[in-house]
Amino acid sequence: MNISFPRLWQTIVLLVVVGGVILLALSGYLSPVIKVALSPFLSAQGWLSNRYMALVDFMTVPRDVANLQQRNVELENQVSQLQTQLIQLQQQLREAQVLYALLDFARARPENEYIAAAVIGRDPNPFLQYVIIDKGSDDGIRHGMPVVTQQGLVGRIDAVTAGASRVQLIIDVNSTVNVRLQSSQANSLLTGSLTGDINLQMIPQDVAVQPGEVVLTSGLGGNYPQDVLIGQIVTVRKSETELFQTASVQPAVNFSSLRAVLVVKNFQPVNIAPLIPTPAQ
Amino acid sequence: MAIILAFPVLILSLMAQMVVLSRLYLLHGTADIILLVLIAWSLQEKARSVWIWVIIGGLLVSLVSATPFYIYLIGYLIITIIVRLLRRRVWQTPLLAMFVVTILGTFIQHLLIIIGLKATGQPISWQESLSLVTLPSVILNLLLSLPVYGVITDLASWVYPVEENE
Repeated sequence: MNISFPRLWQTIVLLVVVGGVILLALSGYLSPVIKVALSPFLSAQGWLSNRYMALVDFMTVPRDVANLQQRNVELENQVSQLQTQLIQLQQQLREAQVLYALLDFARARPENEYIAAAVIGRDPNPFLQYVIIDKGSDDGIRHGMPVVTQQGLVGRIDAVTAGASRVQLIIDVNSTVNVRLQSSQANSLLTGSLTGDINLQMIPQDVAVQPGEVVLTSGLGGNYPQDVLIGQIVTVRKSETELFQTASVQPAVNFSSLRAVLVVKNFQPVNIAPLIPTPAQ
Repeated sequence: MAIILAFPVLILSLMAQMVVLSRLYLLHGTADIILLVLIAWSLQEKARSVWIWVIIGGLLVSLVSATPFYIYLIGYLIITIIVRLLRRRVWQTPLLAMFVVTILGTFIQHLLIIIGLKATGQPISWQESLSLVTLPSVILNLLLSLPVYGVITDLASWVYPVEENE
């Protein structure tokens, strides 16, 4: 028996089934079924997507690493340049601080004329304490002129060329400075030493000298101006068997880090050698 | 060529001495790079104009130092004589000669300086000089002698290239 439906009924049944399925799907009754049915496809889709993204990463990331490396090099160069600039600025700041201090010192003593000079070297001989400065006779510097900083006395000009001068520091073994103790007003003689220490000699026994007392130039002898700070007494050595007391002095100037100095231009050293009596021949 | 080269090499060495090495103390001693350069140059087998180098070096140091001018010159000349004598005997081991002359040379140089300064009336103690200045200077010179010898040997090889036999 051949049962045949008319074509119209076939279409109607098909539409009802499809509509029913759509309605069931829209109403959520088919969700578990759809989920189970789609699950393998979604897994396959995810796997394919991951592989594709991995492939894309493989193709594009190396280029990014190269870019990053290049950028890193650029930034490192920039950091190096900035560090160099920072060091230069710190150096300039230190120099400016020294120069400001010297300027303040010079302004505080308008009676003196100063020539500022930079320390450009030290004597190659380790037994001597001399420094070389970058100003010479062309700048008005002459032999014997005193040299100071804002902290105190440095020394005096020992030799002059057109563009540079050599300064004998007060810590040099051959340096002697006539000094005065501020509190006791006693005169004494300051001498340098091989080790760079400075000592007071020939302090009269009857003078009460205390550690901490300030030592100033006395101006005697005509080599240095009066009342320039030298340092403070650290220890006093007094012996009953000696004619004089001695003392060691902490200099006000830090000679190991001397960067810039002031040469006192308007001080003319006096040569008193002809006035010193010599033994009769 | 060697004479022309003496000026830049010794002037640069002197600048390094005044700016850097004279500020690097061991106790109160400092290295003397001019001395080391002159010793190293004198030890070079092919080096010529050694005496000119010594005179230029001595005069340059005398020019800037407050030391009596003849002391450095005489010191360097004496040390160079010792180098020339030693070189004939221990020429196979120039590095050993470098060390020996560095020690001897520093002692001789400082001895002359102390005598010279004492002659000009400066109150310098022998004991202090030896313990605080000379011995530390010997150590610093020994430390510097090896790199200086290397640099000067390279310089000598550049000035006097080895001729290849065909």
